[in-house]
Amino acid sequence: MEYLSLFVKSIFVDNMIFAYFLGMCSFLAVSKNVKTAAGLGVAVIFVLLITLPVNYLLNTYVLAPDALIEGVDLSFLSFIIFIAVIAAIVQIVEMVVEKYAPELYSQLGIFLPLIAVNCAILGGSLFMQQRDFLNIGEATVYALGSGLGWFLAIVSLAAIREKMSYSNVPAALKGLGITFITVGLMGIAFMTFMGIAL
Amino acid sequence: MNAKLKETILNPLFKGNPITVLVLGICSSLAVTVTMKGALVMALSVIVVTGISSLILSLLRKTIPGRVRIIVQLVVVAMMVILVDQILKSFEATYAIDKQLSVYIGLIITNCIVMGRIEAFALGNKPWPSFLDGVANGAGYGLILLIVAFFRELLGSGTLFGIDILNRFGYVPNNLVILPPFALILLGCIVWVQRSIQKDLQEK
Repeated sequence: MEYLSLFVKSIFVDNMIFAYFLGMCSFLAVSKNVKTAAGLGVAVIFVLLITLPVNYLLNTYVLAPDALIEGVDLSFLSFIIFIAVIAAIVQIVEMVVEKYAPELYSQLGIFLPLIAVNCAILGGSLFMQQRDFLNIGEATVYALGSGLGWFLAIVSLAAIREKMSYSNVPAALKGLGITFITVGLMGIAFMTFMGIAL
Repeated sequence: MNAKLKETILNPLFKGNPITVLVLGICSSLAVTVTMKGALVMALSVIVVTGISSLILSLLRKTIPGRVRIIVQLVVVAMMVILVDQILKSFEATYAIDKQLSVYIGLIITNCIVMGRIEAFALGNKPWPSFLDGVANGAGYGLILLIVAFFRELLGSGTLFGIDILNRFGYVPNNLVILPPFALILLGCIVWVQRSIQKDLQEK
């Protein structure tokens, strides 16, 4: 039950996009049509699911106070370690996918390397560090939930933008401006999930 | 100061603003705009990080092999961010800086402004213009942050920098403005205003 509530919460209530604005850059840039948006969404879920548990283990057994050496607090190194782990894992994932699943690779294509600098990935690790999860299971469920939330957000925005291309938007608002406002309104809709107590 | 340097400094503030024109670095910024103080701390941190990392990487630009440059950039930027974060942590108690801010300070590493300016400017220019370019882009980013925070704090809490402005006239704070989505709507309006003035930026 604990896991289920964490899962639902990380998808809807603590949605990466609508509650924390993480991964905004690629979210705005790659949401012009549903197909590519879904590709990036899947890649984000995938990378979050691998990097977050790894960073959890590193955080618990290396970086936390007294974890590696008695009396030494290495937590100030966490930014650099997390980003290095993410960059390395993205690189490895890219190579593995290219070798064993060329079809998936051609679908994800350019998105995989881009993900190394997606704030949602680093943000996931930093929030994980702040929340003090009890075990690696919780961290993995959190990663899956946040990834799914991100996927949901980007696919729905892409769907709305596809429809919006037929509507008559004021010239100065076209493109970026109306997208910001749409995301804001979607965020307000997502706020309704906040009242859910699990 | 010659015309080109002046252009380097002034362009990012309005005409080539990193947030509203280049759409860089929105990720880590909007959650810190509930109060003017949070926005100011974030803006100053980004100015320091972009300025100094542009300077360092511009000094190193001839010695970094092209293939590993991303990793070198990440290391330099991460080092600067760690320094800023540690300095902020030591002032945390004195100035009551929000603890949540630490996550967003960490996210400056993946803030596209920093990497974008290094890639686009610092690797091809001399140290002094690169430093100015970094600082100016950080300032352009900070400017938008402060504008958004101004409206959000004024309308959402009736205060500015924690000092009561509207409440004494019987203003009832609007909680909608404090919620995260409103930052995006405000940003949309800022883009709207800017593109109404600068018609060449409008998208077809």
